[in-house]
Amino acid sequence: MKKLLLGNAAVARGAYEAGVNVVASYPGTPSTEITEEIVKFEEIYAEWSPNEKVAGEVAIGASIAGGRAMSCMKHVGLNVMADPVFTVSYTGVNGGLVFCVADDPGMHSSQNEQDSRHYAKASKIMMLEPADSSECKEFTRMAFDLSEKFDTPAFIRLSTRVSHSQSLVELGDRADIPVKAYEKNPAKYVMMPGNAIKRHVDVEKRIADLIDFAETTELNSVEENGSKIGVITAGIAYAYAKEALGNKADFLKLGMVYPLPEKKIIEFAKKYDKVFVVEELDPVIETHCRALGVEVCGKECFTLLGEYTPAMIKKAVLGEELPEVLTADEAIPVRPPVMCAGCPHRGTFYVLKKLGLVVSGDIGCYTLGATPPLQSVDTTICMGASVSAAHGMAKAQGAEFNKKLVSVIGDSTFMHSGITGLVDIVYNKGNNTVIILDNSITGMTGHQENPTTGRTIRGEATKQVDLIALCKAVGIDRVTVCDPFDIKKFEEVVKEEVNAEEPSVIIAQRPCALLKTVKYSGTCKITDKCKNCKMCMKLGCPAITLKDGKVVIDATQCNGCGLCINVCPFGAIEKEEN
Amino acid sequence: MTKNIMIVGVGGQGTLLASRILGNTVINEGYDVKVSEVHGMSQRGGSVVTYVKYGEKVFSPIVDRGEADVILAFELLEAYRALPYLKKGGKIIINNQQIDPMPVITGAATYPENIGDKISALCDTTIVDALSLAKEAGNIKAVNVVLIGVMAKSTDIPYEKWIETIKTTVPEKFLEVNLKAFDLGYNI
Repeated sequence: MKKLLLGNAAVARGAYEAGVNVVASYPGTPSTEITEEIVKFEEIYAEWSPNEKVAGEVAIGASIAGGRAMSCMKHVGLNVMADPVFTVSYTGVNGGLVFCVADDPGMHSSQNEQDSRHYAKASKIMMLEPADSSECKEFTRMAFDLSEKFDTPAFIRLSTRVSHSQSLVELGDRADIPVKAYEKNPAKYVMMPGNAIKRHVDVEKRIADLIDFAETTELNSVEENGSKIGVITAGIAYAYAKEALGNKADFLKLGMVYPLPEKKIIEFAKKYDKVFVVEELDPVIETHCRALGVEVCGKECFTLLGEYTPAMIKKAVLGEELPEVLTADEAIPVRPPVMCAGCPHRGTFYVLKKLGLVVSGDIGCYTLGATPPLQSVDTTICMGASVSAAHGMAKAQGAEFNKKLVSVIGDSTFMHSGITGLVDIVYNKGNNTVIILDNSITGMTGHQENPTTGRTIRGEATKQVDLIALCKAVGIDRVTVCDPFDIKKFEEVVKEEVNAEEPSVIIAQRPCALLKTVKYSGTCKITDKCKNCKMCMKLGCPAITLKDGKVVIDATQCNGCGLCINVCPFGAIEKEEN
Repeated sequence: MTKNIMIVGVGGQGTLLASRILGNTVINEGYDVKVSEVHGMSQRGGSVVTYVKYGEKVFSPIVDRGEADVILAFELLEAYRALPYLKKGGKIIINNQQIDPMPVITGAATYPENIGDKISALCDTTIVDALSLAKEAGNIKAVNVVLIGVMAKSTDIPYEKWIETIKTTVPEKFLEVNLKAFDLGYNI
């Protein structure tokens, strides 16, 4: 049976068919749906872990114990998980072990554009790269077998356009693969120097074996069309190149991007007048070709930046110009993402901006607090950095700096890696104020449960981390819970806490407006008491706009949260029940 | 020949469901299909673009500039922005709704005037008041299905096939509203 599946859903299907037992992940666009799809299969144990390192280690443990296991993450999530990755490369596996990493060329939803293929080479772990949903399923299924055959973890590398494109997939049945027996084997699994020195020898032998495999596997296929142009490519870049060039080029499509074949590339390249390497982001395949002495045209023809398109490839390879297109002869305003109508973070940033504080930011919906008109956030680096970086800021600038400095971090991000920064502040006598934006869910990636929500990935009730008790336990004596929509109170609390002579945490508590449990009613309406002072427009609510110079509220956008009512100095906004 | 359809709108308008209804309808017709979506940041009220491509064999999931046979625009400004993607002789269907982006709200930019007229002067354009039709169907959120209805009429896929997909993609409790919304779009 053929079905239209998202690349991510196809990876989940592949893991299911391979008989995977345990999947542990932390959400991150564009990888999130893999694990959400896994949940649909009752046979598989699935969890959202607090962060990618924990998730990866859960999968590693499951593999050592004899189960087939997988962990999925976005590219920057692999940075968090990197520590165990480099060592599990040495231990190898018992049950098949797959790490699925989704890169984001073009940065649709990311803070950098790193190319995760470097990790495969650096950690000496094989990496497969599918080009469409059908390959997503097939390669994932194969990755488990290859993992066991070569005693290695296996990477699947995706990119946004593969993860988030739907194409046809032939569904198969789940393989009946029993969990292997667990056997104590310290020489393999206790990586202290004496053992690791020996395992490193095995790793190098494995890579040599995998290079031999790369020469013959069907994962690396040649497509001959009788052309004088040869194209070496992989993943989504193959789809673009094939669309652009059709039969006007011959292709070497590399389904395994680490380790890369040697003879196969040399033999292929020999046959053509000109060989192009088409790969998004870094020149990984290109550098390999050059090291083999194969002359190719790579990044001198193609950009290092962003996503490719077929038109771009057509121009570079065939010299074909782009078609003439219709254009508007005036400026078109951009439409950047905004905090939703009713977003609880809006109240927080309104107050932080009003107080003119330096805001050490983090990764989540609230990163949007950096955009106009709130423009409150000063820095965004990575998950958790809001807390630890603010500590560093105050150590550089002096203790007084704390009086105009706060960190903002979401509930899920705090559990991910904010808590360690908070421990550092207490331990090293910092005096920071950390605001935990507790919206009762992991928001940006589309509503995933986390340790503070009291629900598992399957929606089952579980123990809920008590944020107040947790902060107190690490030594924060000043913990205040406050509703960020109670603007006046929230402002007082922030002022008091930044001026306090000890570190503090404010838990800004109000659930995400998009949660089904949140029921705002009616819509807000501007009445004739309005003096057009535009105070409400400072909130940056997408529902509040100007029409013929007058402030109006767009009823199709408003969800009736009522925050604007709280900021209007003239009582000119009223709730209208529908 | 591959047929390229581009669906553009503002995050939250339901473009994703529209592209899925379209994708599932064309596979039932035996075509190879690729549907490209973008999740995450773009959904927070930002510009959202999805592509649906179908034909004998489709490789790239994205549509290049100058290659869209049909653009289905859920909002005027997004229609204007997508214009360079329209193929010569292509068709654009526009929902006559204005949603101000944040730079317009903050006064940093102005929303262009008479977008519908300007586009109509350049290419084959159908402008629909999908919001009113969705209200008539019983839920303003059915704008996406109204627009799918308008587009369906311009394809050679039979009416019943669309109804079949809607029945399998839309949750039971919204089915009646959505079927009505589809018909209102189909019959304009």
